[in-house]
Amino acid sequence: MTKKITLPITDSDIRNLKAGDSVLLSGSIITGRDAAHKRLFELIQQGKELPVKLKGEIIYYVGPAPAKPGYAVGPAGPTSSYRMDKYAPALLDLGLKGMIGKGARNKAVIDSIVKNGCVYFAAIGGAAALIAKSIKSEELLCYEDLGTEAVRRYTVEDFPCIVAIDCQGNNVYETEPKKYCRE
Amino acid sequence: MDIRQIKSEEITAAVKKLFLSCNYFIGEDIMCALENARRQEQSEVGKSVLAQIIENDKIAAAEEIPLCQDTGMAILFVEYGDRVVVEGKSFEDAVNEGVRQAYSDGYLRKSVVSDPVFDRTNTKDNTPAVIHTRIVSGNTIRITAGGKGFGSENMSAIKMVTPSYGVEGVKQFILDTVRNAGPNPCPPIVVGVGIGGTFERAAQLAKKATFRPIDTCHPDERYASLEKELLEKINKMGFGPAGLGGSTTAIGVNIETAPTHIAGMPVAVNICCHAARHASTEI
Repeated sequence: MTKKITLPITDSDIRNLKAGDSVLLSGSIITGRDAAHKRLFELIQQGKELPVKLKGEIIYYVGPAPAKPGYAVGPAGPTSSYRMDKYAPALLDLGLKGMIGKGARNKAVIDSIVKNGCVYFAAIGGAAALIAKSIKSEELLCYEDLGTEAVRRYTVEDFPCIVAIDCQGNNVYETEPKKYCRE
Repeated sequence: MDIRQIKSEEITAAVKKLFLSCNYFIGEDIMCALENARRQEQSEVGKSVLAQIIENDKIAAAEEIPLCQDTGMAILFVEYGDRVVVEGKSFEDAVNEGVRQAYSDGYLRKSVVSDPVFDRTNTKDNTPAVIHTRIVSGNTIRITAGGKGFGSENMSAIKMVTPSYGVEGVKQFILDTVRNAGPNPCPPIVVGVGIGGTFERAAQLAKKATFRPIDTCHPDERYASLEKELLEKINKMGFGPAGLGGSTTAIGVNIETAPTHIAGMPVAVNICCHAARHASTEI
């Protein structure tokens, strides 16, 4: 069964999500990947104010292709999440409620997800043209100089993803491959 | 054979066309493998992921938009005829101009930074391309080009295996590399393997292997059977489509080989995502 969630996500939404659930997200999310995370993390370490509010938000690890005329956004599939592992716990500590990416996370991130009551969603890597259909508009928030890596706000409608790690730390990347392992 | 003059504009136009085409249109070999995988996949989630990937690739082709947002670093394998003289720009400049035009005019993502460590500033036109050139006899230029995303590139590895480890050592390194990559490189993957040569030759062969259609096999039966055996073993690992569990972790294993030194047996594994993009032309 697919669960529909209207953003901003609530703590009760998060508690009801179980690893493996198919989810359609509607509302507003922010974007950021390697270079933006590095900058945000450095500001956090220096105790400075961030140019974007993280509390209650969901961040999508994406660097979109440019939009062709007539399109709201260009193809925009998830990038590999593990590269953000170094930075993610600091962002979750500031109230970020969710992350959307692809692939495994390290133990520190999983512990931080559990500690902060957050959720990690997986979108399908390489399904960028399809995923972009659920992104209705975009707005630049900061770090325009980073080009595709700038931080943007996306308005999404039925954005498809799967709960990869839930707030109890259940992790589909651990549990699911084991079911099909024939080695 | 007479010397043939080719205008640099012709090379630029051909290169531009290759990068647009490979980023919008997935190869028939890949589409066919994805369709087969969807029929055979044991996991329901895996089937659904494969269906979405197939739908995605059809949307990209129909609308002429990139099938993945990571339109990659531009890589070209060139067989340059020794009877060809390029008029106008240098060959390399003509190629980079083609890359620039494809990535700018074709709404492809610019993903290249000018310096790897200290100054990671985007070059804003996806240049420079990585160009592997071989001088061959003839009066044509043959180019196979592809955009390589880094989600899978980052999962690649090379090892200087030594002869006493034999074919078992080769297999183990390849399987370990795929296992370490796990769900990260956008499975189902294409595994390009280069065996032999030197350190850098093995890596180049591995890349070349990812550019070979996956419905072909190594001409030597022993390597062809190794390709088949490795594909079966990888699909028993269980990672499945998108790494969410299933029986389709790879859709192809391509091996390329070269003579090597008496003391060595280098093995390079270049992992490619399901968006295995390449196109060829002859000028």
